[in-house]
Amino acid sequence: MDEVRNLIIIGSGPAGYTAAIYAARANLTPLVIEGVESGGSLMTTTEVENFPGFADGIMGPELMDAMRKQAERFGAEFVTDDVTRVELVNTGVPGSSAHHTVYVGETAYRAKAVILCTGSAWRPLGVPGEQEYLGHGVSSCATCDGFFFRGKDVVVVGGGDSAMEEATFLTRFASKVTIVHRRDEFRASKIMADRALANDKIQVEWNSVVEEILGDDGRVTGVRLRNVHTGATKTLATAGVFVAIGHDPRSTLFRGQVELDENGYVKVQSPSTRTSVPGVFAAGDLVDHTYRQAITAAGSGCAAALDAERFLATLTED
Amino acid sequence: MGATSVVTDASFASDVLQSDKPVLVDFWAEWCAPCRKVDILLEEIASEMGDKVRIVKLNIDDNPETTRAYRVMSAPTLTVFKDGEPVQSIVGARPKSDLVKLIESAL
Repeated sequence: MDEVRNLIIIGSGPAGYTAAIYAARANLTPLVIEGVESGGSLMTTTEVENFPGFADGIMGPELMDAMRKQAERFGAEFVTDDVTRVELVNTGVPGSSAHHTVYVGETAYRAKAVILCTGSAWRPLGVPGEQEYLGHGVSSCATCDGFFFRGKDVVVVGGGDSAMEEATFLTRFASKVTIVHRRDEFRASKIMADRALANDKIQVEWNSVVEEILGDDGRVTGVRLRNVHTGATKTLATAGVFVAIGHDPRSTLFRGQVELDENGYVKVQSPSTRTSVPGVFAAGDLVDHTYRQAITAAGSGCAAALDAERFLATLTED
Repeated sequence: MGATSVVTDASFASDVLQSDKPVLVDFWAEWCAPCRKVDILLEEIASEMGDKVRIVKLNIDDNPETTRAYRVMSAPTLTVFKDGEPVQSIVGARPKSDLVKLIESAL
């Protein structure tokens, strides 16, 4: 407990691992507390087609494994469990030294600098039946659960890139995929939307929202849809409901300790990654509600490591 | 004492249902990235709690009968069995403390 590290990185998506690579190469021996969902959102994607340097694409989990290995090679250390609590000490004086504490259950880790990159979490629909049937037909992850819906009809809720990817992926297993979207056009990128719309197995319920997830005998049997213009409701039989309506920043742990914006994103002093607490930096989707790409997360993770390195260099030893 | 072991459709009745100790079954698959993370935690738990509980892994691709029988529709699904009956289940990657709580529910 008495050991004080240079740097703790909380989170392990592209931002966390890139920060770890840079910090490890700077001999800071960062401790990366990865979380049980380590690897971040890319662990549940399939092919990543837009990460520069991979001309033929690369599988999300493979890319994340490679980043982790790269950080490990330079001396980063890892804890594969969830942070349960943090004590970020705000001295109020920029450049001043304080020891921050990060708890994983009963175990406490202390460090002079901390980088927050816990990313974002799946946003639930919040309708009746959703929690009840989670894991029994309701899913947040097509690549995890698609396999169980071979030859069945499924529903994907959402209109962004994730919804398009999930729907397209699910056509490998499902006999029919219905995308339920509340507007009359997708906000997904054109290439992803076109690919989904061109697929014979995919159809769309436009201007519709899921009001309730219906089930019987412990598993999903259908959804009740409501047309947002006419108010008309109808029931659609389905075995699976894949929810892809967006993400929220995973900032609950830090609330009240670093400044957040009204939507819960951690505020940083752009273009730096400094938060409202000296020695605490933030990167990736925890900060960024605009771009939310693997490459922008990696870029900001790099910036956070450089910011932390500079901060540590200026500390007067106490 | 204690490491995880493998069960199949053929060995499920003898290894899980007729076990004299509670058994945690990890329904997993090769293609499931979160399963790999849970695997690391289960190995740790097996070495720490191996005298109280057996921790076994069932590959859902290779063992469809058991997977269907217990209506597994998400990977990973972790179910704790006691006296031949499923006691409690959780799905998805969870922190170690949640897994320990799941086991303790059957002790």
